[in-house]
Amino acid sequence: MQRHFDRDIEDLKDLLLRMGAMVEDAITQSIRALLERDTPLAEEVIGNDSRIDQMELEIDRLTLELIAKMQPAAVDLRFVAAIMKITPELERIADLAQDVCERVIELNREPPLKPMVAIPHLAQDAQTMVRQALDAFVRGDATLARQVIKQDDVVDQQTEQSFRELLTYMLEDPRNISRAIRLTFIGKYFERMADGATNICEMVVYLVEGKMIKHTPVTQNP
Amino acid sequence: MLTAIDMERFNAALAPSAAALESMNAKISVRDFDFFYGSAKVLHGITLDIPDRQVTALIGPSGCGKSTFIRSINRMNDIIPNARAKGTISIDGRAIYSSDTDVVSLRRRVGMVFQRSNPFPKSIYDNIAYGLRIGGMRNRRELNNVVERSLIRAALWDEVKDRLNESAFALSGGQQQRLCIARALAVDPEVLLMDEPASALDPIATTKIEELIWDLKVNYTIVIVTHNMQQAARVSDRTAFFMLGRLVEYADTKTIFMNPKEKMTEDYVTGRFG
Repeated sequence: MQRHFDRDIEDLKDLLLRMGAMVEDAITQSIRALLERDTPLAEEVIGNDSRIDQMELEIDRLTLELIAKMQPAAVDLRFVAAIMKITPELERIADLAQDVCERVIELNREPPLKPMVAIPHLAQDAQTMVRQALDAFVRGDATLARQVIKQDDVVDQQTEQSFRELLTYMLEDPRNISRAIRLTFIGKYFERMADGATNICEMVVYLVEGKMIKHTPVTQNP
Repeated sequence: MLTAIDMERFNAALAPSAAALESMNAKISVRDFDFFYGSAKVLHGITLDIPDRQVTALIGPSGCGKSTFIRSINRMNDIIPNARAKGTISIDGRAIYSSDTDVVSLRRRVGMVFQRSNPFPKSIYDNIAYGLRIGGMRNRRELNNVVERSLIRAALWDEVKDRLNESAFALSGGQQQRLCIARALAVDPEVLLMDEPASALDPIATTKIEELIWDLKVNYTIVIVTHNMQQAARVSDRTAFFMLGRLVEYADTKTIFMNPKEKMTEDYVTGRFG
């Protein structure tokens, strides 16, 4: 039986996906702005962030309305809870893309440091994780969600590697320090995006299986 | 942010441990219970333990057998011609369908409240004193005490103490229902069966009944049939979901409403049925 509630849920899902698409765009553009040293593009990403903030408010409003009117239970309840947890994660990821762009604008005022090796990989992997987290949510795919969670360790290693790389530049020449620190920040921002993707995936597992796997070691979550 | 303790509580709420279920002190034990109206089998092999001094909700679509089941617990179904039970229901370990059961004393131990409040056409006082007098209580002071105590327990005393001699029909629907609860409590039962006790009441009267159920479970084992899913979620500790005369799922109420194991239960509590 098709319920009115199902339509509301579909609407909410669509809205979350539209927000997800905007967040993915923000990440893609922040990476491009970084690699191509494109200040106008970085400014554009910063300018678009308020639209993502608005969507978060809209989703919050609809979710609360749904709870008040429908009093969801079981999988419906878990869906609404998942939406309420996933939306702020997406908003935070968008903020991180904005932070990347702010550092890019600062970096672009100086000549490039060195060809970057670790950060582009890290950025791509974080972006892939966010996309897969959203895919896992749409498809209700707990297996994919768990794969993404495991990927987080790889991203953490890459962050560490990029830090070591940048440290050598700083030791080489003190004039590199301010740029290298900005790039270290950028590495950290991408790493935090991957953490956000992990949090989203934990909620996908909760949505599908009713199991809260947050704050438990990966080894205990086969 | 959730603390580790919150998470522990949360996970415990999602999955009650097997140990917790085993340690549950069963007041009513039901084993392979079948029920027939003539040749029609309406309950199929029901097996469950109803814990002492907790609220157990029975939910399920109309005709699923939940009302037949609750009426089996005090043998109210006996009065229906051609009705027949198989299997066992025990209260405190004593089989209530055994031939030596005194049905009258069983019904005194297992009180019942119905959907439509059904006070006797008597005064408020006499509604409660009636069962006591039948039980042989004659002493006026003793009667007064029990009437007062029952009305206090049913959270009605303050509203009626100055008009105990008025007709019970002068009370509002919600008050009449609480009067029926007081009447059931007067004979000092151990188990209270409630068949949709609030479905004919307005939201305020419903809240009062629900608050009352919370208070009563300190002293009584309560079994409640309800069509109102939120009510089951609010008042009960455990929930049994019935479907087509079978017990589909029986668990902690939180589990039933957050993470039921059976697809059928999930479809029912989310209103996906059809």
